[in-house]
Amino acid sequence: MSAEHHHHKETFITKYIFSEDHKMIAKQYLITGLLMGIIGIAMSLLFRLQIAWPEQSFAIFEVLLGKWAPEGVMDPNVYLALVTIHGTIMVFFVLTAGLSGTFSNLLIPLQIGARDMASGFLNMVSYWLFFLSSIIMVLSLFVEAGPAAAGWTIYPPLSALPQAMPGSGLGMTLWLVSMAIFIASSLIGSLNYVVTVLNLRTEGMSMSRLPLTIWTFFVTAIIGVISFPVLLSAALLLIMDRSFGTSFFLSDIFIQGEVLHNQGGSPVLFEHLFWFLGHPEVYIVLLPALGITSEVIATNARKPIFGYRAMVISIIAIAFLSTIVWGHHMFVSGMNPFLGSVFTFTTLLIAIPSAVKSFNYITTLWKGNLQFNPAMLFSIGLVSTFITGGLTGIILGDSTLDINVHDTYFVVAHFHLVMGISALYGLFAGVYHWFPKMFGRMLNKNLGYVHFWITAIGAYGVFFPMHFVGMAGLPRRYYTYTNFPYFDDLADTNVLITLFALLTASAQLVFLYNFFHSMFYGKVASKNPWKSNTLEWTTPVEHVHGNWPGELPKVYRWAYDYSKTDNDGNYIIEGQDFTPQTFPMKDNEEILHH
Amino acid sequence: MTFFLILLIVVLLGVTFWQLSNFLAITFGNSDNSQVANNADNQKQGKFMLYFVLFLYALMAFCFIEYYSYFLPAASSEHGVDYDRLMQISVVLIMFVQILTQGFLHFFAYKYKGKKDQKATYYADNNTLEMIWTIIPVITLAGLILYGLYTWTTIMNIDEDDEDALIVELYAYQFGWRARYAGNDNELGKANVRFIEGVNTLGVDKSDNYAMDDIITSELHLPVNKRVIFKMRSQDVLHSAYMPFFRAQMNVVPGMITEFSYIPTQTTEEIRLSDFMVEKVETINNIRRDKSKLLLAKGEEALEPYEFDYYLLCNKICGASHFNMQMKIVVESESDFKNWISEQKTFKQVVSN
Ligand code: HEM
Ligand SMILES: [Cu+2]
Ligand SMILES: [Cu+2]
Repeated sequence: MSAEHHHHKETFITKYIFSEDHKMIAKQYLITGLLMGIIGIAMSLLFRLQIAWPEQSFAIFEVLLGKWAPEGVMDPNVYLALVTIHGTIMVFFVLTAGLSGTFSNLLIPLQIGARDMASGFLNMVSYWLFFLSSIIMVLSLFVEAGPAAAGWTIYPPLSALPQAMPGSGLGMTLWLVSMAIFIASSLIGSLNYVVTVLNLRTEGMSMSRLPLTIWTFFVTAIIGVISFPVLLSAALLLIMDRSFGTSFFLSDIFIQGEVLHNQGGSPVLFEHLFWFLGHPEVYIVLLPALGITSEVIATNARKPIFGYRAMVISIIAIAFLSTIVWGHHMFVSGMNPFLGSVFTFTTLLIAIPSAVKSFNYITTLWKGNLQFNPAMLFSIGLVSTFITGGLTGIILGDSTLDINVHDTYFVVAHFHLVMGISALYGLFAGVYHWFPKMFGRMLNKNLGYVHFWITAIGAYGVFFPMHFVGMAGLPRRYYTYTNFPYFDDLADTNVLITLFALLTASAQLVFLYNFFHSMFYGKVASKNPWKSNTLEWTTPVEHVHGNWPGELPKVYRWAYDYSKTDNDGNYIIEGQDFTPQTFPMKDNEEILHH
Repeated sequence: MTFFLILLIVVLLGVTFWQLSNFLAITFGNSDNSQVANNADNQKQGKFMLYFVLFLYALMAFCFIEYYSYFLPAASSEHGVDYDRLMQISVVLIMFVQILTQGFLHFFAYKYKGKKDQKATYYADNNTLEMIWTIIPVITLAGLILYGLYTWTTIMNIDEDDEDALIVELYAYQFGWRARYAGNDNELGKANVRFIEGVNTLGVDKSDNYAMDDIITSELHLPVNKRVIFKMRSQDVLHSAYMPFFRAQMNVVPGMITEFSYIPTQTTEEIRLSDFMVEKVETINNIRRDKSKLLLAKGEEALEPYEFDYYLLCNKICGASHFNMQMKIVVESESDFKNWISEQKTFKQVVSN
């Protein structure tokens, strides 16, 4: 099949809006994700201002929140709403759709040598469902009684009863509808990725030659297909409890002077269902970021990724284990303590493949010839925050230790580093690295450096001190801590954290400028700017339908033959330290078995 | 108006960043405009990597020194001693690994920063190495798991038949707590939210004989060195009974009764006199005094000086006033406790009024 067949006449609408081309869909995902990210991060600044100066009023609150911040004093319910929507947006809309959606779409066909996704149409549907769910989530901010506010974990009964908090009315309904659509989008997308990877690999692209990016996207899609439906069913049961009088999660409740009829349900059941997705979700967010990092580090170290086989085994092990650790979020939920023991065991097991991955990244740098492009900086930053955040997981995964730090700021610090910041770095690394592939232009590297260093300092400045605030026993989701004089001496630290948050956020403006400016005025990219081995860099800079104008490329080797020499000590290809996957094996070259 | 203001800000920011990028290109001396890292970039960014890990070490040191007093005082419960030891071991271990790995990561980044004629080493695999760094975490984690599970089982195995234990119900509602003592029979009367009516705010079953001597209070008093078993019940949504000084926490779940148990080992008086608490309270009172000056200047009331009391706080999001759902805990001698409880009204006295 040659590309000629794909050239139908295109209109603006089929090219830019209802496009079935995976490269365009990737861009749509990215830009939607970035816009949602702006909202999510802006919210975090608002509630950080509130935490740092709880007794102060801010004019900006009244400007942005209107009647929910009369005279600049934020309403407690609004604080909870901001935290909730911030968490929801960052986890699902930015780091699931924005990260995995963007790069799975862009890279799966390009790196396996396929003309497009298995189903371009379903791919388009997947994006538009995501878009719809984003719109609904944003609209829910304008509901009279406010958006959902029961935390991103929406535990019932709080989320089930409008009497319990104003956000549990229409706001929560919209949250549930939005998430149900989001899940549908994610499932369609994931199935498409799985089928594409399994069936559309070009000649020679065996599974053991797949770049690690594709391995992570593939495994992530599988975890998504296994776990998202469980969240969907939890959401559906919650909708029934809310609207049709069932009692899946409700029992023995007296609220606002009234006994409810519900009997026999259990909120703990909801927690199980939620975290059966919720924990794998951490890896749905993280694995693609790690895949991107593997690719970027190898390319820029001019070395093969160390321990390819161990990396693949780790990815699969993490994926498997991630589905049997959800109970570590529930050690003190009232579930049987014996289960707590089991989940401690499985949780600490998952530390092992994570440790292996970190060590392998570090070894990949060893004796490299590191090219510090902005993508490389973000990848190294990712390894750093992943280690810091992962290590505190050893405390939280230990049921005993979790007793006293559960739901404190220690947890907030932990998960932001290990999943939030790490995955965000992965997203940035991916954007800097593949921007030339997406837009045919280069991002400005100096602005990239500024962006990275301010973010790196700011992110640690926000989240490292936060561990200590948590160790003091300060609970999360507290609108103010001034009712506990014991916490008075935390005030300075909370101010410091907020200042670092403002600094970090301002660095993101540099990125946004760079992104939109370079899209139109950036330097025009060459075909393979990073001297990379993978197939996407063999396609023309100008996008064509079907990706390769002529025949599909043939693959002869894995993706990591950087700085490989033949038996005479010369680079495989004279004068260049990389060997594209399309370059046939030479006679005097050692064959590695992965 | 607001719209134009925002537009103006966006334009100004755009110009600023544009100037910034020009300025950087000149100062970094990489105006070749390839937008790919060149030799000069690699040298510079490699050095920054080294500086960065120094920054990270400094930040960690700063936090541990400056915020050392944030760590809670030694546990005021029997199992808390084990908890604290396990926590210390874990923190030391984690920081050791953290310092080492961050060091290697950033030092390698610095050491192997790209140079013009430098060749990377083609080094794809080493089974021995990978074996080593799989086995080491396995052994360390096995140790932690075993110790952790041992303490976990000790904490969570509650001996329901312990005759000596004090049984207390913790009752949570939006937004407050009540304690219900079992009274002379040390047996809590039955209760359900369906019985809530008038003064019977906890829904205690009036027809249950065990209920009559129950005592409902809004402060939690505990005799020192005596096991207490908490039975927790919620009126409406999820709450969590978090007692940080006792290393104790359990969610309170509508529709079921959850449990936690510990032995308090330090009275309120004792902990107030401990070095840690004396210093802590002084720091806090200094802060409050400074704040009071500002308040007085504004014509508002000054803050009261702070005296330490144990507290229980809600640690599961439960609605608007979640942030202020607390209860005072008093740990006292057995005799003080007896005096206090004898002054409280029994359930019978409450409902017959
Ligand atoms: C400038 C960057 C960010 C700052 C300053 C920030 C700050 C915070 C803080 C302080 C909280 C805790 C509030 C509380 O529990 O009371 C929070 C909650 C949360 N954040 Fe972030 N965050 C940032 C970026 C991110 C990113 C990148 C993610 C992606 C995973 C994320 C995900 C979450 C989640 C899931 C919650 C929990 C929401 C809940 O409690 O329901 N945040 N954020
Ligand atoms: Cu988890
Ligand atoms: Cu609460």
